[in-house]
Amino acid sequence: MTTGEPAATAPRAPEALGGSGGALSAPPVNRALRDLLLAMADDEFVIGFWDSEWTGIAPVLEEDVAFASLAQDEIGHAQALYRLLADLDGGDPDVIAFGRRPEEYRHARLLDHPRTDWAFSVARRFLYDTADAARLDALVASAYTPLAEVVAKMRREETYHLRHMLAWLERLATGGDQPRARLVAALERLWPDALCVLDGVEGDDLLVEAGILAEPLAATRRRWLAGLAPELARLGLPGPPPAAPAAGCRGPDRSDDFRWLWEQFTMVRRSDPEAVW
Amino acid sequence: MRTVSETEVWEALAEVPDPEIPVVSVVDLGLVHTVELDERRLRVELLPTFVGCPALELIRASVAERLAGMAPVVEVEMTFAVPWTSDRITAEGRGKLRESGFAPPGPAPAGDRPLFSTIALRPTAACPWCGSDDTTLENLFGPTLCRTLFWCNRCRQPFEQFKAV
Repeated sequence: MTTGEPAATAPRAPEALGGSGGALSAPPVNRALRDLLLAMADDEFVIGFWDSEWTGIAPVLEEDVAFASLAQDEIGHAQALYRLLADLDGGDPDVIAFGRRPEEYRHARLLDHPRTDWAFSVARRFLYDTADAARLDALVASAYTPLAEVVAKMRREETYHLRHMLAWLERLATGGDQPRARLVAALERLWPDALCVLDGVEGDDLLVEAGILAEPLAATRRRWLAGLAPELARLGLPGPPPAAPAAGCRGPDRSDDFRWLWEQFTMVRRSDPEAVW
Repeated sequence: MRTVSETEVWEALAEVPDPEIPVVSVVDLGLVHTVELDERRLRVELLPTFVGCPALELIRASVAERLAGMAPVVEVEMTFAVPWTSDRITAEGRGKLRESGFAPPGPAPAGDRPLFSTIALRPTAACPWCGSDDTTLENLFGPTLCRTLFWCNRCRQPFEQFKAV
């Protein structure tokens, strides 16, 4: 397959990466594609588990319902992305999802923080969802058809996430001194790590060349920030720091909070790894 | 074995209810992507409504069970080949939803639209009980992934809307 072929004619995994010649079969492109898929899958997986931490204790019953749905959507997206990875390598999506050590996960540092208070969870979700939306836009016309198909479906669900989080951002920003102060503090704390969501993966220029990704992630990040700026200005909320995020955006160093979450979400599987569900 | 026609296959599919909203069938919801039939094989491809919908395997298995025996080989699979959108729900399906207290979805945002440009959209719904447009969005999310919660200010009843995705 050559760059610029219409997505519809792209071969499907795993043949796509095993074929002779062509950009997709080149090892550095394979590696970059796997890194991108794993980063996205881990992002969705980990935020889904943090969301689920609100079940039963959200500030209002409606948010118990909403965060449970958000969590279910995100873990469903992670499952579909782990499936794509498993199709490339002949593995098992559940093993990829649950069978790694904490330092082997590749989610962005933004998702290493615990759920903290409601304003913190709202701020993080707003920053994550908007960054993820920009990333999904860059993949909707991907030459790697299995990914383009999953992304097309995910985007239709993510629009509900975006709308919900904007509504909460507005509610807290205009809801009196305490909610606003908590929201501003959370955004200031989270911004540097939020930039990590769209930190480049090694070889993303090769993905662009192969038509898998529409633009380097640095360009996606600029597009994301440009889209957010008017909303943040309208609500008088803090924007991003000028500096790029420090190294180690996607591990291997992990917070104690993430290690605690990992203990939780792998507990059942670790109790009997051979069990059949 | 008697050879079945494609019409009979579609009639059989129309008898398979959605497990979460059983008043509508998989045909009403537009879940059937393709039906391929010859003397040896019947192959049906279904579109998942939501990526993380826990009912997908149940839907696939119910369809396979209903079609069993209609050809020597019956295959039923889920595919992401085209994204399922709520615009695929048929007029008949919308009528059935309304009759059982679900507001049908409005038009879904175009799939190629930049995602961020949809952030300020808010769904609206007419009350399926009394028909009033004087309704309030209570929660974009609901008891299953595909539902949104509304309140009717006129007949003072809660109701659900199928998400416009």
